[in-house]
Amino acid sequence: MAVNSSLAPVRRAGAASGRSSLFRQSVRRLLHNKLAMSGFVVVLFMFALCFVGPLFSPYTDNKINMAMMNKAPGLKHWLGTDALGRDILTRVMQAGRISLTVGLASMVLSVFIGALLGAVAGYYRGVADQIIMRVADLLLTIPGLPLLFIFGALLSEWKIPTDYRMYIVMLMLSIVNWPGMARMVRGQMLSLREREFMQAAVVLGLRDRRKLFNHLLPNIIPLLIVMATLNIGGAILSESVLSFFGLGVMPPTPTWGNMIDAANNMIDFQQRPWLWIPPGLSIFATVIAINIFGDGLRDVLDPKQKR
Amino acid sequence: MSTYLTKRLLYMIIILFGASLLIFCLYASTPGDFITGNIKLTAERKAELREIYGLNKPVLERYGLWMKNALHGDFGYSLAQQKPVLQLFNDYIWNSFLLAAVSTFLTWVIAVIIGVVSAYKQYSWFDTLVMVAIFAAMSLPSFFIGLFLIKILAVDLKWLPPGGIITTGSNATGWEYIKEVVRHMALPVIVMTLLGLGSLTRYFRSNMIDVLRQDYIRTARAKGLRERKVLFTHALRNALLPAITLVGFELPALFGGSLIIEKIFNWPGIGQLYMQSFGLRDYPLLMGFTMFIAILTVIGTLLSDLLYRIADPRVRLQ
Repeated sequence: MAVNSSLAPVRRAGAASGRSSLFRQSVRRLLHNKLAMSGFVVVLFMFALCFVGPLFSPYTDNKINMAMMNKAPGLKHWLGTDALGRDILTRVMQAGRISLTVGLASMVLSVFIGALLGAVAGYYRGVADQIIMRVADLLLTIPGLPLLFIFGALLSEWKIPTDYRMYIVMLMLSIVNWPGMARMVRGQMLSLREREFMQAAVVLGLRDRRKLFNHLLPNIIPLLIVMATLNIGGAILSESVLSFFGLGVMPPTPTWGNMIDAANNMIDFQQRPWLWIPPGLSIFATVIAINIFGDGLRDVLDPKQKR
Repeated sequence: MSTYLTKRLLYMIIILFGASLLIFCLYASTPGDFITGNIKLTAERKAELREIYGLNKPVLERYGLWMKNALHGDFGYSLAQQKPVLQLFNDYIWNSFLLAAVSTFLTWVIAVIIGVVSAYKQYSWFDTLVMVAIFAAMSLPSFFIGLFLIKILAVDLKWLPPGGIITTGSNATGWEYIKEVVRHMALPVIVMTLLGLGSLTRYFRSNMIDVLRQDYIRTARAKGLRERKVLFTHALRNALLPAITLVGFELPALFGGSLIIEKIFNWPGIGQLYMQSFGLRDYPLLMGFTMFIAILTVIGTLLSDLLYRIADPRVRLQ
């Protein structure tokens, strides 16, 4: 029982500071998980690279430079240049900004929608449950990729300015992702609402709003954090697939997905791998780090869910 | 049991009707149609063709017609290929099935072996390595790993062909033909196996870990059974059984092809057919395909629930 012995000093420390120590316990256990922490460090590094990195690059203006077309990686351009003479490293970092933002934002949206609808369905049951879960079932029945493709084609038709497309892409990903989230939250709600502490809440005559937000939701927050973390990785992957097929975020706004689009050109694919391999590896590194960190979080916050 | 089945089947039908309506409306609102894209036609001819194909009628009327035919087993004609949609499915689906069946089989075999061994040696260096590999496999962007392997194995090293099902212009027959197809299959199968391996290995590993902690395993060891017998007869069976519930979820993937992989490897399967038709806006085919996957998904879910009951009779279906 290594867990118990490691918890004892933590408890004492928590008591000494006189504050609830559940949060600190979790943080401490997370800090001890080497794999999860290395994942966290890589995620932090990717964020720092993408958001701070471009500040140190002399090529951020993305000026077209015909003299420097399609140069292989070298001292001046560490990862080479593309057909317009733009620096690949800078573009990978700038693309990362968009890809990471899309991943984060669509996660926030789908967790918000999913948690809210799932909680309402699980708590009120009856008609609300029927309506919400039937819609979720419907969306889960239709394959996700074709659904995203249709949305993507609609975007092009509506002539949405390329600057705004990334916001719509976030929305699209959330529409596809919330049903799974709602189903999970609903299941938790159904079991939580029968527990003793909820009976006590009923006896106390608490209002629905208070029961939901003060007593039920705090209990599913660990689950939500874990789901949310793992969801970011999935969202980044989906965005890259969509952008790769030209249905997500479009150039000139760079994302990791639409940079790999260079591989659709035979010559670029065979002879200029520096155009498409760095963004691909960035996706891979980010998603694997997020997944490892998310799994560590699950161990700490939600041990029962461990699969 | 029979009331449960009736209820489930009824619900399945309602969901599928809902899905069909949603699918139809979505494709109906997708911009452009097969005729608009053809620049060779004059405006009058376009209007005439729209009249013939019934594209100028209101959406709901078109849906009614489509549904009526679909219920009679007729999913319409592909506009681009001028063949019945179902016949096209039959032409392409078996290529997809070949790819999916081989890679699913490989995935399951490898996942069971690795999962069981790493569970048995939990916390060893091998187990840690497996865990990291599992995360890596689960985080691979499918299209990127496909392109990456084509670049290395096909373009640079020239070990394997980069795509297609046979070499262009080849008219090999018999044994030669089979050899050629196998060579072309290798890369997509490797990628699909890699992509599926992560979550499945993880599933078997955690199942096995749970089982190894059970009392009956301790009893078996206490009886003095040989470790081999404990592992393979007592533990493995109980660790593998719950996996039959996953069979249902594999159904859409087995017959529905893979949009991304088939596109990247230019494999003439149903996923590739869909991707081509999406650009051409060949609606009967697109709707047929999406509906087909939806049906497979629903059937797969039902199958899983039923198998779940067989695997664990304590489960009550309601």
